[in-house]
Amino acid sequence: MRKTMFEKVWEAHLIGDDLLFVDLHLVHEVTSPQAFEGLRLAGRRVRRPDRTLATADHNVPTGPGRPDELSQAQLEALRRNCEEFGVRLYPLGHRRQGIVHVIGPELGITQPGMTIVCGDSHTSTHGAFGALAFGIGTSEVEHVLATQTVMQTRPRTMLIRYTGQLGVGCTAKDMILGTIGQIGTDGATGHVVEYAGEAIRGLSMEGRMTIANMSIEAGARAGMMAPDDTTFAYMEGRPGVPEHFASAVEGWRGLTTDEGAVFDQVVEVDVPALAPQVSWGTNPGQVAPITGAVPEPGDESDERALAYMDLRPGTPLSEIAIDRVFLGSCTNARIEDLRAAAEIVRGRKVASTVQAMVVPGSVGVKAQAEREGLDEIFRAAGFDWRGAGCSMCLGMNPDILAPGERCASTSNRNFEGRQGKGGRTHLLSPAMAAAAAITGRLTDVRELV
Amino acid sequence: MKPVTLIEGPVAALDRANVDTDQIVPKQFLKRIERSGFGEFLFWDWFREPGFPLNRIEFHGAPILAAGRNFGSGSSREHAAWALQDYGYEAVVAPSFSDIFRSNCTKIGLLPVELPEEDVRELIERAPAPARIDLAEQTVTLPSGRVATFDIDPHVKERLLNGWDEIALTENRMAEIEQYEATREREGPNVLTA
Repeated sequence: MRKTMFEKVWEAHLIGDDLLFVDLHLVHEVTSPQAFEGLRLAGRRVRRPDRTLATADHNVPTGPGRPDELSQAQLEALRRNCEEFGVRLYPLGHRRQGIVHVIGPELGITQPGMTIVCGDSHTSTHGAFGALAFGIGTSEVEHVLATQTVMQTRPRTMLIRYTGQLGVGCTAKDMILGTIGQIGTDGATGHVVEYAGEAIRGLSMEGRMTIANMSIEAGARAGMMAPDDTTFAYMEGRPGVPEHFASAVEGWRGLTTDEGAVFDQVVEVDVPALAPQVSWGTNPGQVAPITGAVPEPGDESDERALAYMDLRPGTPLSEIAIDRVFLGSCTNARIEDLRAAAEIVRGRKVASTVQAMVVPGSVGVKAQAEREGLDEIFRAAGFDWRGAGCSMCLGMNPDILAPGERCASTSNRNFEGRQGKGGRTHLLSPAMAAAAAITGRLTDVRELV
Repeated sequence: MKPVTLIEGPVAALDRANVDTDQIVPKQFLKRIERSGFGEFLFWDWFREPGFPLNRIEFHGAPILAAGRNFGSGSSREHAAWALQDYGYEAVVAPSFSDIFRSNCTKIGLLPVELPEEDVRELIERAPAPARIDLAEQTVTLPSGRVATFDIDPHVKERLLNGWDEIALTENRMAEIEQYEATREREGPNVLTA
């Protein structure tokens, strides 16, 4: 029987017909307090602290100053819970703290063939390594803490095949935004997606993570990519990888989808046809090439989005002025993302009408960027250089948009109010965000390279 | 969890597609460490907009919410399900749900019911006309008297009908889990050295 990569990982972890053993459980402050409280009330313990890791990311401040009172209480609850239940924690101030989906891969604990869960929808990020990784709710977090398993209905499978190579100025972010625009925000609901094709194989791990990260924005349960030499080269030497790395690699090579294995659905994406993408609406499927214009509304949902975004059909996207730039999030705050943006920013100045910030995904990414002098490039241009965290991706911390402000953002969601009540978000790649910062409007980055 | 069997009463209609969990409970309310009391934060911003459908007095107290497709998309926050239940909804009926939201609902006894677009349309257009949801029979009696059927995972259905605690159920299978750990468990990540 020929099997897909998903089927191999699924079957290797299945207990009975509905329980999945969890290899790695990542925990953060926002979706875990009620789960730990549930354990406490029932007198249960954390079954496998050796497969559990916690960090603080969602509500930590990324600038000077202390967290607000409620955030502080939540961070303190995480600290207390991890101490009481014996869970390893990287808190605010620790050299390994960062966005949970940035530090897993960075530490080498995200590995091919694993099952990885976290109380966060962007857990799909880890699928870039050939792991089966998906977000869960707080009740499931409690279930995993107590039993190291998660109860699951078997998802269907979808292959998204990318044909051709990326053009100049186009990135992984444009591939995934273009894909979501093509299939819709529920185009992959109920499915685990495998991303394949030469454009995927040509991407760095950072690029692959950007794509896997946004699987959930197409509704997918998870997104996976076949591990290859790029994967293994990224992992080698990181602290959490197996001691016998070479033999582990040999095992991981067998995880790829067998020739002729059948998927429930197959989608093709024409990569050379993609121009840099930018979202115009209030869900990540409402995207268009930067060379295009705000579209005519197709339904009530589009009309509502245009009203919220204060946009008129027919307006060229490149004429839309912005107030803020956010370069960060679990989608695009890794070292390569910062390098790509710095490349555009180098020797230029942020437009006088724009307030721009860079929020590295982890303390580790920040340190690496500073070793490379990227912080100097950003600062010299007028960017605010911040500490690690989720920051303005979801505005659970002091980094938020004011009502009516328009932001070019490398994050993953342009939902109403996501970055601050009344705030307007345009999703785009790091290079495109950098270009927008310089010109003060949405801009085709290809004009600046 | 309270058993879920029959849900009967007026229907509140939210005729919007892609209602994301950021709208159901905005992020500023996720800082609480309690599990209860989220009802007052439900649709926080939308309830403050003029003309928001759920503000209609005849929708108040309805146990059933009917909405557009892809309900509950986006963030995995279970707070969204907690808020809907705490506000008073016992079931949400829509043409489709996001996977994580649907799962979160079933963990707390809020019934997600997926019906064909035309059946949801009838609920929305006739709202607040009452409907009746019978989980055991997997049927929804629409205001016109027509009976629609829906699918649900048999394990989930059994757990909901009996109000079983999922963790306790899994704990009853600890021998199976231990067997897995003893014979099939793969090498772990070096979390403690990483």
